Amino acid sequence: MAAPDRLWRRMLYFIEQCLNGVQLGMLLFLLAAGLTLVFGIMDLVNLAHGSLYMLGAYFAATFAVLTGSFVAAILLALAASLVAGVALEVVAIRRLYGRSHLDHVLGTFGLLLFFNELVRLVWGPAGMTLALPPQMLTAVQIIPGVYYPLYRLVIILAALAVAALLYLVVMRTRLGMLIRAGASNREMAGALGVNIKLLYTLVFGLGAALAGFAGVMQAPILTVQIGMGENIIILAFVVIIIGGIGSIRGAFVAAILVGLIDTVGRAFLPDLLRHALSTNAASTLGPALSSMSIYMLMAAILVFRPEGLFPAASR
Amino acid sequence: MSASLEPSLQAPRTFWLTARAAFIAVVLAVLALLPAYAALSGDSFVLILFTRVLILAIGAVSLNLIMGYGGMVSFGHAAYLGIGGYAVGILAKEGINAGLVQWPAAIAVSALYALVVGALSLRTRGVYFIMITLAFAQMIYYVAIGLDRYGGDDGLTIYKRSQFGGVLDLNNKSLFYYLCFALLLASIYLVARIVNSRFGLVIQGARANERRMRAIGFPTFRYKLACFVIAGAMCGLAGALLANHTNFISPALMHWTRSGDLIVMVVLGGLGSQFGPLIGAVVFLLLEEGLSRLTEYPDLVLGPILLLVAIYLHGGIEGLLKGRHG
Repeated sequence: MAAPDRLWRRMLYFIEQCLNGVQLGMLLFLLAAGLTLVFGIMDLVNLAHGSLYMLGAYFAATFAVLTGSFVAAILLALAASLVAGVALEVVAIRRLYGRSHLDHVLGTFGLLLFFNELVRLVWGPAGMTLALPPQMLTAVQIIPGVYYPLYRLVIILAALAVAALLYLVVMRTRLGMLIRAGASNREMAGALGVNIKLLYTLVFGLGAALAGFAGVMQAPILTVQIGMGENIIILAFVVIIIGGIGSIRGAFVAAILVGLIDTVGRAFLPDLLRHALSTNAASTLGPALSSMSIYMLMAAILVFRPEGLFPAASR
Repeated sequence: MSASLEPSLQAPRTFWLTARAAFIAVVLAVLALLPAYAALSGDSFVLILFTRVLILAIGAVSLNLIMGYGGMVSFGHAAYLGIGGYAVGILAKEGINAGLVQWPAAIAVSALYALVVGALSLRTRGVYFIMITLAFAQMIYYVAIGLDRYGGDDGLTIYKRSQFGGVLDLNNKSLFYYLCFALLLASIYLVARIVNSRFGLVIQGARANERRMRAIGFPTFRYKLACFVIAGAMCGLAGALLANHTNFISPALMHWTRSGDLIVMVVLGGLGSQFGPLIGAVVFLLLEEGLSRLTEYPDLVLGPILLLVAIYLHGGIEGLLKGRHG
């Protein structure tokens, strides 16, 4: 009975890792959706998107201390991220529209440095933590034998709800119609009386709120610290390259793909290598190779589809 | 692409007796006399700082070749600094200290990486290219973190600088400085020769209008890839120098924000100008150093400066000197 039992346990582990992958994917989707929206509509490369994620997490941790309520902290942090995004657009980002991508890179790189330092000034160099309320600390039995932390499930469901909401807003509302119009032909939309300036501010604020939401949801799992957005934002870039820049649907599919491959690869690739190579070689190569896996995926997809899986039609 | 990526296609005009030429001459003279000043004043820190400036300027010069002249906005250039540095570090750790092995290895591995990344990335353009080069550099960053034998996240100390059989002693600070200076001048010269050759004109033509270049029969992909590999190899050498300079390498060397620093140097100095990357490196690194002495929060000032440069200063400092902005 030993062998099937071991197999069963590995199976359960695999399911758990897949759920972790989906959870990472959902987080990436929240970040990538904002990035791809801002790029698709304003043609703006925003390296400071990760800063908004970081700000969201800091806002949540701060409001949790101030109000003592987890839910209030999340809602207030979300509102604060939106306000921060709108303010950023009005003060700085607006002046970069219509410029070369290189100017965007330089300007938003400066913003990223600025925000890291601002956070250090306001919140200090030490990180913060956000404690979960006790009722969130339990694990749920999803299928017999598999227990999964409730809060991670909440993240998955909340992000799915946001994705659905985003779809409804973009495809079924007047605002969404204007957003799509602005994306496909901004001059024409402007000529027909759409307030493009306001629309851009709103879209940037929406992207900031999505990034802030990702930071808020992630705050209880990670340490809230300076530079926390810098590495995850590259994964979000990979997601929108794979999905096709400007496509929210592509971002959704690619985010789950990247999340799954990254998590499952890290969990199982070293073991798989151990079967093929000596233990020594496997333990050296394993971590390196598994962190390469999503970039390999990106390279492979680029060979066949240089514009990503779901190229946005208008570009 | 867009306007600010299109500096002059024509050859440089009258060089002498312009404000720009005078400024560059002063910069070069100061750089050439710096070791003497350091020896007289006993200030060895300034020498160490400027050695770093020269090395990163080589990186910026190589980035300018592809970004300024070729229009290929690579956001992964720090990867070559890392690869060159790790080539030296890994060989040193394995007991091979000969510079004539280490440095060619640094150049060759960087060129090979550039060949693979270029072949994949150059299939795309515009913002895809920016993000893909960024992602590949991040991949190398994680690979370096995974190298447990060579220090992983903590990095690797290099106990012995590259050996050149007693001819060159890199432990001599002034000598090492002049070596970096000579290599910088050589790389500026090399880029100038490349850019004004037939090959370079094809590269610049492809930046201005790639479809037209292809239509008149140039296989632009191959030209651009060759250019990408040359820049990678050049920056790999800068990486080997950097490893010798700091006696230490770590993955932090190729964090994507380091690639951002190189872009800042090139754009600040003036995209597609011969001495722009050098001026950009000097100004950026001195600004960084000066601000961190003045305030505890240097990036609070540096960040907005970069934003203002992006918004208002077209053509960088070189553009200002030529009286061409906007």
